[in-house]
Amino acid sequence: MQRIGVFVCWCGSNIAATVDVEKVSQVLAQEPGVVFSTNYQYMCSQAGQEMIQESIHKYNLTGVVICSCSPRMHEATFRKTCEKAGLNGHMVEIANIREQCSWIHKDKDVGTEKAVVLGRAAIAKVHLNAPLTAGQSPVKKRALVIGGGIAGIQTALDIADAGFDVDIVEKQPTIGGKMTQIDKTFPTLDCAACILTPKMVDAAQNEKIHIYSYAEVESVKGFVGNFNVTIKKKARYVDETKCTGCGLCTEKCPQKKVPNAFNLGLDNRRAIYIPFAQAVPKVATIDADYCTMLKSGKCGVCSKVCTAGAIDYKQKDELIEQEYGAIVVATGFNPIKLDKYDEFAYSQSPDVVTSLEFERLMNAAGPTGGTLLRPSDGTHPHTIVFVQCVGSRCDDGRGKSYCSKICCMYTAKHAMLCREKYPDTDVYVFYIDVRTPGKNFDEFYRRAVEEYGVHYVKGMVGKVVPQDGKLKVQASDLLGDRQLHIDADMVVLAAAIEPDETARPLATKLTASMDTNDFFTEAHPKLRPVESPTAGIFLSGACQGPKDIPETVAQASAAAAKVIGLLCKDSLTCNPCTAQPDELMCNGCSSCEKVCPYGAITYADKEFRGPNRTTLIRRMAQVNPAVCQGCGACTVACPSGAMDLKGFSNKQIMAEVDAICR
Amino acid sequence: MSVNEQFQPTIVAFCCNWCSYAGADLSGTNRLQYPANVKIIRIPCSCRLNPMFILRAFQRGADGVILCGCHPGDCHYTTGNYYARRRMTLLFSMLDFMGIERGRTRVEWVSAAEGAKFAATMNEFVETITKLGPNRRLEDLRCSKE
Amino acid sequence: MQQRVKEKALELLRNGTVDRVIGWKTGEFFYDLTPAVFETAEEIEKDFVFSGFSGANLSKYAIAQSRAAGKTAIFLKPCDSYSFQQLLKEHRILRENIYIVGIACEGMLDMEKIRAAGCEGVVSVKENGEELIVETLYGDRTLSRKDCLLERCAVCKSKKVVIFDEMLGEQGDEQETARFDRVAELEAMTPEERFAFWRGELSRCIRCNACRNVCPACSCEKCVFDNDKSGVRNKAAADPFEENLFHIIRAFHVAGRCTDCGECSRVCPQNIPLHLLNRKFIKDINELYGTYQAGADMETKSPLTDFTTDDCEPSIVHERGGVK
Repeated sequence: MQRIGVFVCWCGSNIAATVDVEKVSQVLAQEPGVVFSTNYQYMCSQAGQEMIQESIHKYNLTGVVICSCSPRMHEATFRKTCEKAGLNGHMVEIANIREQCSWIHKDKDVGTEKAVVLGRAAIAKVHLNAPLTAGQSPVKKRALVIGGGIAGIQTALDIADAGFDVDIVEKQPTIGGKMTQIDKTFPTLDCAACILTPKMVDAAQNEKIHIYSYAEVESVKGFVGNFNVTIKKKARYVDETKCTGCGLCTEKCPQKKVPNAFNLGLDNRRAIYIPFAQAVPKVATIDADYCTMLKSGKCGVCSKVCTAGAIDYKQKDELIEQEYGAIVVATGFNPIKLDKYDEFAYSQSPDVVTSLEFERLMNAAGPTGGTLLRPSDGTHPHTIVFVQCVGSRCDDGRGKSYCSKICCMYTAKHAMLCREKYPDTDVYVFYIDVRTPGKNFDEFYRRAVEEYGVHYVKGMVGKVVPQDGKLKVQASDLLGDRQLHIDADMVVLAAAIEPDETARPLATKLTASMDTNDFFTEAHPKLRPVESPTAGIFLSGACQGPKDIPETVAQASAAAAKVIGLLCKDSLTCNPCTAQPDELMCNGCSSCEKVCPYGAITYADKEFRGPNRTTLIRRMAQVNPAVCQGCGACTVACPSGAMDLKGFSNKQIMAEVDAICR
Repeated sequence: MSVNEQFQPTIVAFCCNWCSYAGADLSGTNRLQYPANVKIIRIPCSCRLNPMFILRAFQRGADGVILCGCHPGDCHYTTGNYYARRRMTLLFSMLDFMGIERGRTRVEWVSAAEGAKFAATMNEFVETITKLGPNRRLEDLRCSKE
Repeated sequence: MQQRVKEKALELLRNGTVDRVIGWKTGEFFYDLTPAVFETAEEIEKDFVFSGFSGANLSKYAIAQSRAAGKTAIFLKPCDSYSFQQLLKEHRILRENIYIVGIACEGMLDMEKIRAAGCEGVVSVKENGEELIVETLYGDRTLSRKDCLLERCAVCKSKKVVIFDEMLGEQGDEQETARFDRVAELEAMTPEERFAFWRGELSRCIRCNACRNVCPACSCEKCVFDNDKSGVRNKAAADPFEENLFHIIRAFHVAGRCTDCGECSRVCPQNIPLHLLNRKFIKDINELYGTYQAGADMETKSPLTDFTTDDCEPSIVHERGGVK
């Protein structure tokens, strides 16, 4: 028989206001096995904890029931308290009489009665508790970063800087991500390439960093400290180790009509290509969708001109298996597709562009060499209309309900750059609100308005109609309370941003949770913003929510710090509440193995003593406590009930059921 | 039980530790009310719920049993709730087959953020069970409270 | 066929192919054949019987015998072979120690039905093609064999022996069956009617554990109901309806593993139609997760250790047809 102490917490008035704590402690004192029962204002306080410890000594307690707030709040606290007094932490059970009682019931009698039942259930359970000790599992000192944009690069650099190996998996042929496509950055207007490309080179040259470009995560197994990841390196038909990046093939390839994805299809590239001059790795890639050699076996020009002999038409996708202690998701974002926003004539006129396309049109390395020209006729636009919140803060189901956060600032930047480069242009910006909550952001926006004379108009554009080489823009000016008709040469749409389409399937592989918008959810929105609720998975950059570059980099470094903190440990303390098979009852049927998500169950033949001094060999389930996470799926799959879960055993749960239904 | 006194059902709610228990906590934090008839038992995952626990609850006089777990796809243990979903579907169908009222058993997926859903679900469930009246069909009479 | 089976048993033992044979042995009456292990030709000559009353599914006995020294022969009727293969799939039988003789089967007889046809004082039953010649103290009667089959044989799901080393008679095929009709009838009743039906049936349970002991799927080293740690250990049946728990849990534990061999109902001394519980699970599994026959192959995952991400929700039970 356990010797149980019951401690009822008032939580100030949080519990005491609707639960008669004195009565609860008195009634529970009558329960079998309870040798001491009391109540106190704040059990979690220093004094409260000391009271528990003193009682453990004084009454020789073997079990402790604390009626207080949710175990999610203070279970760990009270376990430590008891451990300091020499009682195993798993001999503590919490009856949640705050969140699940005092806070939801107004009637004190009702609350008190329920608190007693919850206390009884905890007492019934603690009767069956056994001391548990946690095992240790080793930590593989290598990190995986999924996504090689600025977020992934920064995270990888920081982890590598701390001395740990880190791999970057990037689905594109080059790392760099969206930032490579951006011209200038707000609020300083320094060139994106100038600050990004050195980091790309740093990553490539860092001995601790290995880049898998043109690669994807195929599958993820394991758990924190011990992930087993299969990476698929897609065939690029070029031997990376031989290619020097001279680019000759990309000039000689006869297939010239391939839309250039890097310039968002504003110009064409060849079927063999290097995305841009500063690509890392600077290695050519053959676009299998367009290469005539791969499609029909006729051509082979690139192979002929390649002096390094790097072209390999027979290259196959390659699967690489690697073990990691931690995984960082940095899958980034994309602008949404605008097919549902045809009122802006995006599909009708090439002069209606998205902001990212506008970046390419302004970029010196872009399709126009940095001269702002209309895609339709190559003339210089004189009137440019910017439309903000296209698909952001949208309630009609066509777009996203959230604010994309970066559009106000980059639109201000675009408008400012237009006016600076081409003072003869008229620039209009239509907005719902201008949101500039960042360091030097509002100053930047005001400069656009005050110094650069950008026309900011509060109101939305209703319709854009291409007519006679112009774009007829109909808009409302809410402050002026009038309709505006502008004959524009170009219209730039600040499309909402959304998580990359690879994020959802990746989340499934990682078992990391996502919100309804497919952004990864953080373990705690305020206190653990760079961790996924799934242990060992960390979040970096826009995969967690819309972010600008400074924020992305800050989060990337924060994620790196968390990873480093994990990889610094030699071993992790395992969950002590693991499954345990009863050898005498196990049939060896493999039902449990089939439902174990962690592969924690294996089988071995074991000798048993049979009747008449014989030996029987039976197949037995064995649980690896370092791998078992304690979900309990196996316990129900087991027909004989041989498999039980420590800390949540069949008998413990049934005792709780009995106590509640009593 | 007098005629005037409303029937007070006993309801056992099994909540997975990661989503639904936290959802229940959140409904408390937000002071969302639901009847005290509901008593929560914390289990690590919805897949820990052995059909025996449900039958035991009914035997010992529970009038309704509800299982709450993470939304499918969001299981902390990846796949637990998928197994739970199949098991509960088959079990509930069997109970129905044996003539146990369908409304007495329920599964609801409640995330840690869905405190309001938790409270609403419990209010609804208590209402359903109250209408159904005391569980007589699966009770072990030796354990009955009267 | 009856003679061929016995000869095969003798042959296998005499030529040293096997060291023992699992077969059927005469009981006190000609119709109560029981499973038995034969180790000598003499034993076989004396007691081995294969007849229309060899309904007993022998597969379960292979668990222990496959662990005995040497090799064991076992006779499997089509439905028994499913049970055998299911046990093999669950690693319960050591295949290399077993020699399987598959037997083509025309269905096994139910003595209750012969009696119900008005035959009293039955001395022997001779099978003559589609006819049964029932010798009674009061003279011979001729019955249609078809009318006297065990319930499970009347709705036989398969004449195919799914695993064997040697086959006696023609291999058959899976077949369409009306075995779910009774389940569907019950489903169409009101909950009150169903409750009354099961209360009537299960209240007769005397908890003799015959269903458990005969069931090839109930072959646990130790049953959960005998396991103190399970929290449901119980033997007494003080309240008749407490048997609900036992029978629901038993059916649940064999769900996805039960091959519908029908042994539970065959052996129930109280004639409780226990197979209906198993068939309800099988029917639900087939309808909700795709047709699945336990023991049909070695590879397919059992529906309860498998899932798809778009499985139906448990609320489907409320939404499906039938009376609320």
